[in-house]
Amino acid sequence: MNSSLQEITLKEAPEQQSVTRKTPIIALAGQPNLGKSTLFNLLTGLNQHVGNWPGKTVERRVGSFKHNGQEFHLVDLPGTYSLTANSPEEMIAREYILREKPDLVVAVVSAANLERSLYLVAELLWLPVPVVVALNMMDVAKQEGLQIEADVLEAALGLPVIPIVASKALGVKNLLNVIQETLQGNRLVSPCVPEIRPDHREALNDVINKIQGKSPEPYPIDWVGLKLLEGDSEITQIMQTTMTQEDWDAVHDILVQHDDAMLAVASGRYEWIGRMVRAAVVRPRLGQISLTERLDRWAAHPFWGLLILAGVLGLVFWLTFTLGSPLQGWLDTQLVGGASRIASRVLVGTPMWLQGLVVDGIIGGVGSVLTFVPIFIIFFAIFGLLEDIGYMTRAAYVMDGTMHLMGLHGKSFLPLFLGFGCNVPAIMGTRVIESWPARLLTILIAPLVPCTARMAVVAFLAPAFFGSNATLVSWALVLLSLLMLVIMGIGLNWLLFKGQRSAFIMEMPLYHLPNWRTIGLLVWQRVVSFVKKAGTIILVVSVIIWLLSYLPAGDLESSYLAQFGKMLAPIGKWIGLDWRLMVALLTTFPAKENAIATLGVLFGRASEAGLAQALNATYSTATGLSFLVVTILFIPCLATVATIRQETGSWRWTFLNISLLLILSLVGGGVAYRLALALGW
Amino acid sequence: MVSGSSSLCLTDLRVGEKAIISNLRGGRGVASRLTSLGFTPGAEVRMLQNVGTGPLIVIVRGTRVALGRGEATKIDVNSRE
Repeated sequence: MNSSLQEITLKEAPEQQSVTRKTPIIALAGQPNLGKSTLFNLLTGLNQHVGNWPGKTVERRVGSFKHNGQEFHLVDLPGTYSLTANSPEEMIAREYILREKPDLVVAVVSAANLERSLYLVAELLWLPVPVVVALNMMDVAKQEGLQIEADVLEAALGLPVIPIVASKALGVKNLLNVIQETLQGNRLVSPCVPEIRPDHREALNDVINKIQGKSPEPYPIDWVGLKLLEGDSEITQIMQTTMTQEDWDAVHDILVQHDDAMLAVASGRYEWIGRMVRAAVVRPRLGQISLTERLDRWAAHPFWGLLILAGVLGLVFWLTFTLGSPLQGWLDTQLVGGASRIASRVLVGTPMWLQGLVVDGIIGGVGSVLTFVPIFIIFFAIFGLLEDIGYMTRAAYVMDGTMHLMGLHGKSFLPLFLGFGCNVPAIMGTRVIESWPARLLTILIAPLVPCTARMAVVAFLAPAFFGSNATLVSWALVLLSLLMLVIMGIGLNWLLFKGQRSAFIMEMPLYHLPNWRTIGLLVWQRVVSFVKKAGTIILVVSVIIWLLSYLPAGDLESSYLAQFGKMLAPIGKWIGLDWRLMVALLTTFPAKENAIATLGVLFGRASEAGLAQALNATYSTATGLSFLVVTILFIPCLATVATIRQETGSWRWTFLNISLLLILSLVGGGVAYRLALALGW
Repeated sequence: MVSGSSSLCLTDLRVGEKAIISNLRGGRGVASRLTSLGFTPGAEVRMLQNVGTGPLIVIVRGTRVALGRGEATKIDVNSRE
């Protein structure tokens, strides 16, 4: 029998009329890289909400869709390889199923890699929830010469198994029909639950007997027994604290005798999977060398791989400078400039403070942050594309050695690279890093990647102070910043994490054609989140900074900000900066490129060329160097700070980051100043 | 046991060589992550890349996995000629 997709499409049931009143909740579970997100996006489209799981910095996506007139809620569980407490994602997935009790779980498995992807199903079957299997990537399996009988697999598993191709939206209607039928109880679900291997069955029964009536809600007793045997750290801790010492000791004795049970349980699951797969796979994989293997000979090669990565990164820069930067400049003059002009015209006759607040405070502050959206889109689109086609893991692989220096893995490299565009996407991009310490460390060092806004300040000021040597100085500043990044990485890793490194175990998925819907949604969601931030926290702080620069007399020179700058003069003196440069530095907080505008105001609203001359005439080269060093290493901009707060979920880490960079920049400026003086600059 | 097999560590395999996993050593956490990706005693691994001190790439149960050398030394294998 041939259960190809065509036949499945023919089998699709006619529209059903029955509508139940309650909105069922469906959870999507699956291992990473099997097209779970593609299916989620396909079902919900823009009808989805992205947030975080409560108390965790793991992305939570929920949405809804309609099928046959019935509404369904869909929850995208984090992609996990298993349901053992190895990572926050795994804990979230199982806690959600056990506590929130969804009406049904759709387990996404890959037809091209049944053996591994059924592992999660083997774990899901121990939980008290109906499971429907979505057998995805039927097209990839076919390409690889694999032939799979979905109905044989269905009979073996005792679960509905629906072949689909999520990337091409094939078989999805049938999947939804089956989900509906299963929820209505019109579909028999009698799963063949994987048994533990005979040599440990007795131990499992012993453990279950000893914990009878002692496992807390909502954990099923035999699942707790199994997890104890597996050595699951969280369940072990829960049982140890809820049971009396005496009872626990009895359980603990069994566990100690069977400390190899974890491997036995896992092997048992694979034996069970083996039986399922042997029945369902009619024709095994052809012995051909796959496209992925051929591409990896280049992309993962220790030398060519680095060269390809350098090429990819070069392309990103090229796109940023030929497309992103001009667009940003255009938005700045046309949109921000235009909005300012219109606002000025509308506000004619109103008090000066109101005009200043709207034009300089709100439009100038929020507007200039928003002009970075094109650069954002470019970086996110490329990042999304590289992730989606499977290249990201290859880049991570070839950069692993370099990132080791800082106790990080290759996976931290690409988010950091995004920082050259803007630090905000860099910090959001760290979500690809699974281990929390590694992710936190990457977030903390990311602001040391010089972004386009800081480079714009350098590009303007370096020629003013260094004339023909400006390019050399600019490069030196970039290298200095990256050197500081490495040093801070090594230092923080040593101080905070005692030099520990989490294990480097990374799946390298098959390459595949990009799914534009997935990439488009990623870019859209990230841009929306950034724009929201610009409209809230960035708006408020921009207005506050503007007020400080305006009050009490209505001009910058005598404002609170200037007074504060003068108060900072003693610190400034040590690093060679006068109060005007200190004020310019303070105004880089809402947006880095403000430094130039502030200096323009403080030096009598001179034109840019005039300003460069004035700066050159006023300050020594040593002062200029110090200011450039401080600017490039200074505390992250407001948008970045807000993102760090959002992604770490903690003000403590955010303030630690700000303080570290503040100290680093001031010390850096001081050293640069003394050094330049010693050289007679 | 297969005759002519010898106990090795995963890092000892040359590119293209196949072997059967015999044991996972080391901490529960790492071992548990390895098993969920398919590394269990009895599973066949094939070495795809093994250069210098860089991470390895192996294929296990049809999945390509990059592994740090530290993790790979915790995996014992029996090589098959």
